[in-house]
Amino acid sequence: MRRFLKPALFVLCALPLAWLVARASGIAGAGLGANPVDEIMDRLGDWGLRLLLATLCVTPLAVELRKPWLVGLRRMLGLFAFTYLSLHFLNWLVLDQWLDLQAIAADIAKRPYITVGFAAYAMLVPLAATSTAGWMRRLGRRWHRLHRLVYPAAILGCTHFWWQVKADWREPAVYALALLLLLGWRIRRARQRSVGAGARG
Amino acid sequence: MKRPVAPTPPPSEITPRSTYLGRREVIGGLVAAGLLAGTAGTALCAPLRYTRGSRYSLAEAPNSYSDITTYNNFYEFGTGKEDPSRLAAGFKPRPWSVRIAGEAEVTGSFTLEDILKPHPLEERIYRLRCVEAWSMVIPWVGFPLGDLLKRFRPTSRARYVAFTTVMRPAELPGQRFPVLDWPYVEGLRIDEAMHPLTILAVGLYGEPLPNQNGAPLRLVVPWKYGFKGIKSIVEIRFTERQPPTSWNLSAPHEYGFYANVNPKVDHPRWSQARERRIGSGLLSPRVPTLPFNGYAAEVAGLYRGMDLTRNF
Repeated sequence: MRRFLKPALFVLCALPLAWLVARASGIAGAGLGANPVDEIMDRLGDWGLRLLLATLCVTPLAVELRKPWLVGLRRMLGLFAFTYLSLHFLNWLVLDQWLDLQAIAADIAKRPYITVGFAAYAMLVPLAATSTAGWMRRLGRRWHRLHRLVYPAAILGCTHFWWQVKADWREPAVYALALLLLLGWRIRRARQRSVGAGARG
Repeated sequence: MKRPVAPTPPPSEITPRSTYLGRREVIGGLVAAGLLAGTAGTALCAPLRYTRGSRYSLAEAPNSYSDITTYNNFYEFGTGKEDPSRLAAGFKPRPWSVRIAGEAEVTGSFTLEDILKPHPLEERIYRLRCVEAWSMVIPWVGFPLGDLLKRFRPTSRARYVAFTTVMRPAELPGQRFPVLDWPYVEGLRIDEAMHPLTILAVGLYGEPLPNQNGAPLRLVVPWKYGFKGIKSIVEIRFTERQPPTSWNLSAPHEYGFYANVNPKVDHPRWSQARERRIGSGLLSPRVPTLPFNGYAAEVAGLYRGMDLTRNF
């Protein structure tokens, strides 16, 4: 069963992208609606954030369910999140802004929701780049420290979503709540560990 | 103010869709009264009778009927762009009546038929510029709001006009959660309301207004952001003081009372300098936004001497 889990998860993660491509090419009468550029942006952003949160679910699940092998799924989820967010960013640069570098720089500097979204993405780049076994070995303990960047990235990602809704904060609130629970679990665990370490010492 | 917005378009430029649909015959000079004869209970039946070639119409090709009726901001149905078209069938726009109230000699409740009877319908092809930095060209069918307002003989104290959308949480699921402080309210200064560009729309593409576009009666003020165009109106009130408006109540630093389209005054969270033209496809850049959405020659005078950065 475990052997099939990874390929199955791969297919599952690729499905939203495949569906988006199918819609963009008009397969089976599907389409992207009246505003295709925004539709692509929103769907890629949705899935990028969902997969990022899914990545953060792996460790708590592995610990709580006592199934350490689950951690083996984490990298793929993280790289899928990065892929969706890269396409989300690329869609903004190319189809939305037409590589108008001046407008892009102005938006990143002036629009807080874009500033935090850009910052979140920038934090994920080194994580994706060092996701290989080789880099894990080379960086050793520093790898774990570096990859804690995923927490601020996720916080900024949720903020990016929240700051662009006009009035209906319900959907971003769901993501924020999920993130809060995931971070809360980690804080509690870190506390327990330090208490444990203190008792032992 | 007498200058037309754009040269009258040759029919070939604005009719391809209707020809393609082959649905309606436009008979010049026919008035709404004719339409209403013998149609008790159904004030608006397809196809509408209206005149074309208004000097206020744009010469641009309108967006497709599908774009106009599936990409909507009508939060009473839901905040997704496709929620209104998906949920529109649950809304019953007739029978309908409108309450006229406030600083006018004639007030009271009027049926939609009473409201529409004296007004000949005309097509107005306007660009709708949403505050979210996209735009569409829409062939509305309607009549000047000012013509209606004059019938109620507003008094000298009537300095503003306030509008209210219907409140029906059973039919409008978006109203079951306070995304905005329902019911939706909007307002205009009386001179804005009386301006010949300002219309009440009852149809688009020659057909009665679909529910998702604000059936049966909505406001269209083409030089203002789309959210000023209040939908499914049940009350029109003449007031002495500036009336509250929904988006301004929700986020006063982001949405003003005036909400005139202005590429130089950004929304605090995004630029208003350019807009995406809906229907231009995946591979077309944004286009520059025009002051007053291209209607500056007609309306800029209304705001002479006003600081438009402060009165956004």
